[in-house]
Amino acid sequence: MPAGSPAVASGAVQAVSVPEGRTRVAGRVTWLSDYGVYLALGLLLSFNLVFTPNFATVANLRLQLVQVAPVAIVALGMALVIGTGGIDLSVGSTMAIAAALLPLYLGYGIWPAIAVAVFAGGAVGLVNGGLVAYGIQPIVATLGLLVAGRGTALVVADGRLVEIFDPTLTAIGGGQVLGVPLPVLAALTVAAAAGFVLRRAAFGRRLLAVGGNRPAALLAGLPVRRTLVTVYVISGVLAAMAGVLTTGRQGASDPSFTGLLIELSAITAVVVGGTPLAGGRVRILGTLMGALLMQLIIATVIQHDLHDSTARMIQAAIIVAAVYAQRDRSGT
Amino acid sequence: MTTGQAERAAPFSPAAGTGRTRLASLARRHGAALVLALVVLLGTLTFGSSFTGPGNLGAIALDASYLLLVATGMTFVILAGGIDLSVGSVLALSGVLAAYGSRWGTAGAVLLPLAVCGLIGLVNGVLVGRARLAPFVVTLATLLFARGLAFAVSQEGNRVYIIPADLALTRIGQANVLGVGVPVLIALTAFAAAGVVLNRTRFGLRVFAAGNGDGHAAELMGLPVARIRVRVYVLSSLLAGLAGVLIAAQTASGLPTLGEGRELEAIAAVVIGGTLLTGGAGTLGGTLAGVLLLKVIQNLINQVGTLSSAYQQVVSGTFLVLVVLVQAALARRRRQ
Repeated sequence: MPAGSPAVASGAVQAVSVPEGRTRVAGRVTWLSDYGVYLALGLLLSFNLVFTPNFATVANLRLQLVQVAPVAIVALGMALVIGTGGIDLSVGSTMAIAAALLPLYLGYGIWPAIAVAVFAGGAVGLVNGGLVAYGIQPIVATLGLLVAGRGTALVVADGRLVEIFDPTLTAIGGGQVLGVPLPVLAALTVAAAAGFVLRRAAFGRRLLAVGGNRPAALLAGLPVRRTLVTVYVISGVLAAMAGVLTTGRQGASDPSFTGLLIELSAITAVVVGGTPLAGGRVRILGTLMGALLMQLIIATVIQHDLHDSTARMIQAAIIVAAVYAQRDRSGT
Repeated sequence: MTTGQAERAAPFSPAAGTGRTRLASLARRHGAALVLALVVLLGTLTFGSSFTGPGNLGAIALDASYLLLVATGMTFVILAGGIDLSVGSVLALSGVLAAYGSRWGTAGAVLLPLAVCGLIGLVNGVLVGRARLAPFVVTLATLLFARGLAFAVSQEGNRVYIIPADLALTRIGQANVLGVGVPVLIALTAFAAAGVVLNRTRFGLRVFAAGNGDGHAAELMGLPVARIRVRVYVLSSLLAGLAGVLIAAQTASGLPTLGEGRELEAIAAVVIGGTLLTGGAGTLGGTLAGVLLLKVIQNLINQVGTLSSAYQQVVSGTFLVLVVLVQAALARRRRQ
């Protein structure tokens, strides 16, 4: 929950009272929450290499990576939003809006159509960010656009699935550069950019300051509102990009199902990757690994002839384990 | 976000303040009911008897009763400073289990789902209340788990269990008393009971205390905050489970795909009803108004034959945003 002033105060007290030399148990817990996702991913990969036939083939690995790319891109935007202590539930609907707009503007050429779709994603983010900056809780603000956004996408596309035969769009969704699929390349580029911004750019430091202690950020004279708006716009733009990639891969614009429930997958990837929901810290590589872990769980379960429902229950257990490992540090 | 202590406590001191702040507080507490009255009036004037006819109003009431049960539980959870994303999945799981359990008669069809749902609520509550994990993530996990279990029980959705038509449960679920569906009466009874518990018992008072300022004050006063939190999550799951059983009884089957997105609809109803997501302040009456408002708006859009059902989502979402904007504006004015 977004913290009111009492929670912020207690967080500050805790930060002061934790001594430099942590106890061994606390150290172990910290280690687990920081690197647990790599451990889990390593274990799952080893299991698959030994027990799953045809797992370590280029075709299979490429398929897994292509499938996870849109989730990873959305999750990276989500990680930035969560870094400010917020949440963005509207990403799936934003993907649907982007998908719905593509065929409408295809007459002007594919690049203008993509530009319109991405611009619309930014507009959704602008509304989200404006509401949050005005003081509305992120869950509610973005919940409104989750509902209204999906409806808008359906209205715009008249509820229909439209097939798109455009070589450029197909190439974007399924093409390769030096053997690496373009969606994967896009996800890696976004991750590198996000990592650079968080570590090296003033905006990234502001973002973490706003998430870590908003009153302090305000007192320090940081442009809190502008930072919040920018973060939600970034999330919206990334979601729209994911919508374009998904549409390209499917060869069809499907406003009913594009990005449906992806907000949950994205939040899961971020949380499992070790980013605390309370804000103030973002783990980019962890988020990528979290998305990959969740994808591999489904793939493993399916390749061993188990059901999708089993995968969901395993994912649930992993989410709980991940937040349990984080709990002592986040203080929530 | 940064709602101060003063306005969280506002519902407890309605007499305080000037005329304008009293008006603002009134608007927040009864705004949903007011808008509901306006929308109903508008519907009556525009559509006449196709809106006010017993068939249509009965359908609205039936549709609203399931959401009311879920939103009532959600109100307790939110008042106690939490959130429960799992209710939609729990509702589906409950329906599937009710249909599965109907082989052991009505008792099995009611007790099996409620026991499992209660257990899920207990897990939610213990993880949030005792282990102090973030409620958003914990209930996100149980959302996945309950949906997975519902699909596992119904063999990945390939098997639809049917409740025998001669079972007492089916007859109750499809019966009418004085023209009102029995599920509506059950939902209203549960709602009334919840109202008594929230407003007239020690537990109800403690729910408010546990949600005020993250429960720090309540803990310092020696209130068993963890136990209160466990109970609200159990209550929320049980009410969602009851809604699932009633839907199964009415449709005589259990579908694992049911209730997707119901949790968001319930949260929207609670927020529209004037309950603050930060916890500690709100009313069940507002939730009732919020539920009815959402359902009446959906119905009115259906009445306009030319509009696709997608417009329901556009209007509901926009409406939610407008309501919270007004709430935030009122809160700002009060602070000044």
